[in-house]
Amino acid sequence: MELLAQFLGIEGARMIVGLIAVIALVSVNALFLIWMERKVAAHMQLRPGPMEVGPHGAIQTVADALKLMGKELITPDEVDKPIFWLAPIVVFLPVLLSFLVVPFSQTWIIRDMNVGIVLILAFSTLPVLAILMAGWASNNKYAVFGAIRSVAQNIAYEIPLLITVMSIILMVGSFKLSDIVAAQSQYWYVLLQPLAFIIYITCGTAETNRAPFDLPEAESELVAGFHTEYSGMRFALFFLAEYTNMFIVSAIATVLFLGGWHGPFLPGVIWFLLKVYALIFLMMWFRWTFPRVRFDQLITFAWKILIPLAFANLLITALVLKLR
Amino acid sequence: MIEYSLEEKTYTLNLGPQHPSTHGVLRVLLEMEGEFITKAEPVIGYGHRGHEHMAENRNYLQFLPNMARVDYLHALAFNQGYCMAVEKLMGLAVPERGEFIRVITAELNRISSHLVWLGAYLLDLGAFTPILYCFDDRENLLDLLDRITGSRLTYCFFRPGGVPQDLDDEFITGTRAFIKRLRTRFKDYDNLVTKNVIFINRTKDVGVITKDQCVKYGLTGPMVRGSGIAYDIRKSEPYSAYPQFDFVIPIGDKGDILDRYVVRVREMEQSLRIIEQALDKLPNGPIMAEKVPKRLKPAAGEVYQAVETARGEFGCYIVSQGDIKPYRIKLRVPSFGNLSILPELAVDTLVADLVAILGSIDVVVPEIDR
Amino acid sequence: MINYFKEIAVGFYSLLAGMAVTIRYFVKPIVTVQYPRQQLTMSPRYRGHIELLIDPETGTHQCIACEMCARICPSQLIQVEGVKLDPKKKVPLKYVIEYYYCSLCGLCLESCPTNALQWSKEYLLANFHREDSVYDLLVRLQKQQRAAGLPVTPIPEPPTAEQLAEMAAKEAQIAEAKAKAAAKKAAEAPAAEAPGAEAKPAEAPAAEAKPAEAPAEEVKE
Repeated sequence: MELLAQFLGIEGARMIVGLIAVIALVSVNALFLIWMERKVAAHMQLRPGPMEVGPHGAIQTVADALKLMGKELITPDEVDKPIFWLAPIVVFLPVLLSFLVVPFSQTWIIRDMNVGIVLILAFSTLPVLAILMAGWASNNKYAVFGAIRSVAQNIAYEIPLLITVMSIILMVGSFKLSDIVAAQSQYWYVLLQPLAFIIYITCGTAETNRAPFDLPEAESELVAGFHTEYSGMRFALFFLAEYTNMFIVSAIATVLFLGGWHGPFLPGVIWFLLKVYALIFLMMWFRWTFPRVRFDQLITFAWKILIPLAFANLLITALVLKLR
Repeated sequence: MIEYSLEEKTYTLNLGPQHPSTHGVLRVLLEMEGEFITKAEPVIGYGHRGHEHMAENRNYLQFLPNMARVDYLHALAFNQGYCMAVEKLMGLAVPERGEFIRVITAELNRISSHLVWLGAYLLDLGAFTPILYCFDDRENLLDLLDRITGSRLTYCFFRPGGVPQDLDDEFITGTRAFIKRLRTRFKDYDNLVTKNVIFINRTKDVGVITKDQCVKYGLTGPMVRGSGIAYDIRKSEPYSAYPQFDFVIPIGDKGDILDRYVVRVREMEQSLRIIEQALDKLPNGPIMAEKVPKRLKPAAGEVYQAVETARGEFGCYIVSQGDIKPYRIKLRVPSFGNLSILPELAVDTLVADLVAILGSIDVVVPEIDR
Repeated sequence: MINYFKEIAVGFYSLLAGMAVTIRYFVKPIVTVQYPRQQLTMSPRYRGHIELLIDPETGTHQCIACEMCARICPSQLIQVEGVKLDPKKKVPLKYVIEYYYCSLCGLCLESCPTNALQWSKEYLLANFHREDSVYDLLVRLQKQQRAAGLPVTPIPEPPTAEQLAEMAAKEAQIAEAKAKAAAKKAAEAPAAEAPGAEAKPAEAPAAEAKPAEAPAEEVKE
């Protein structure tokens, strides 16, 4: 650390160490989340889930990752090669970079930018581009279908997301994530703005293409949607990106609504991770309970129900703040 | 050189024989305009095995195992229809206890078929857990049927003249426990599925079948009952021991998918009622008619016997020339007629709706192709 | 306007009700059995492939090689061949089933006049080669007898021409004795049963015809 500090300055060293830690976190997180998803799904369905590899299937994901790495990277004939190869990378990188500003605890934050929340919201739009690239370049009717649906869905659900985030920002007065967490030291914002919390969770589930909004990867209709033609490590990257995106969405929800790293006895990091994983459990719970929403109903739901409610929430927040 | 013309607005999509949501090897050729379907054409025949031809080369007893393979989900009703047709030709009378055992096992099989339909339909719609709850209930049921018949799916349990083996006490106590358990599970299904707003939005006012269409296309089973016509062969042309039981026929009013779904769930409840009454009134006595000859040689003639299966009316039409082998057996299967309405219902819908409609018709493709 | 909010509220509540069901099942114990580490007991009438029943009194099978089972089987998969060790007793020398055709209908079991067959309750029947599904039931019977400590029934040899001729001769003797007894009975009670007397002498020439045919048949084989 000190050696690096000599070369790059304290900020640079912090960035490098932070990025390495983030990559480690992302891998371990994906490992843990995939196991957790399978176990949660299994117990909700009255069965044990993976039990063979490791105690209660704990290292099943490692076996799956090894399998995926060993698979052949098939590139079908008429694909648009540069776009086909870039798509998995473009879907994964923005999500990785969003970790730069997430406050894991009072001091564990890689770079506390004063436009923190805006950065994350901007980066969460880029995977949509990657999905479009993947669908288009695959030269496959089903993939194009999935990509088009995904783009429409993501754009439609961005708007209520942004509006609810705005309601919180109005209350705090700054875009810095550490400020938002600090402002919740008395009581969490979920108590003050429950509607915004519900809307945010719904939009977050839709942003990550998870059930009940998983039409882009509707298995029973379109085989596998936009990543039909991907195999091996490229498919693993899409998968990884989805789970990391879930983590980011839950992390931002924790920061905005659940008080970040605030909590009584345990250190801040532990509370933060507990809250994040509780929200991820909630998203998994949704997936295994509800059937899929049809595409036009999805868009109707976003435009006719979520956006008016989000706007109403914003107006009421502004009114109450003005009257104070 | 490929020429693109500006009038080409539709493209062809093949919902091929291998697809997770066509229940069996059914191929549907879709012509689509963007996301909307303009024409849907089902292509059948991928599973033709020649059952009716096999009937011409086997004698009446030897044809019994084939009936279970035609529709494997409600095999006992198909067994029942065939055995009743042969009994009609031969003038055999099944004793009371035999009829009761037939009714109990056939109704248990109807519940198991509806549970499979429920689970698979929700899987098509994207809900991954109800299928496992349905299969958990079904395991219980299959264990019960395994106790008396020895098989779990393709039963060869009825014989012309009665049933070959009797029930035992453990079966009766097990069935009563199963009835109690399933009734509590219906509440869970209600909360998880029937009242769910996402499910209701996907099934309400989708795939509406009017009463005229029912008559025109010759639909039977829950399809017509969902549209409001109270037609059930167990009530309109009663057979076996059904006249002795008190049950209602559930009907819907609009004919959309939600109505058909509710009709099938209510049918399961009515089957439970029938089984309870049958267990209460079960008489003692022989289970097989006396003097059933070892080589069945029915008189020359033709007979048609219809029974109500989980999917509709199954009819067995036997032409006999007084020989030990039938001259011709024609099996009238419900899914063949029920599928014929798909092209009309599918126009101007999305692919997601087509999957929902196809699931609600409850097709078992091997019975279409026989 | 009110309707709009009511719809949202009802829909939201239904989603919560569904989630309550799933979380209740989350904490229930699992219902699956982790085969092959845990095994289930099969029901008493479970059907595996057929096998010869060991009669508790004689310690061996009761098959008389009448071939009723082979004739009734819809898939024609049973091959039975019998040999007469004794004019009144026929035993199978070959009983082979090709299990890959079997539809587990049970017609063979029900048509057996001596109830010699039963279901074997075997379910580990998966094989790599089709030939491994051909089961020899006499060999299987021997294995079971060895395991139970019973005397092993030997599998008889196919009959030679001498043995066939011997058996034919013995049968002819018995048939002649029968015909003589029948003729005696007819002579003793002629008047009382006039139609009976016609039937009996009719039987006697028929009985004479049979032993005349039988040696011709056996010699042909």
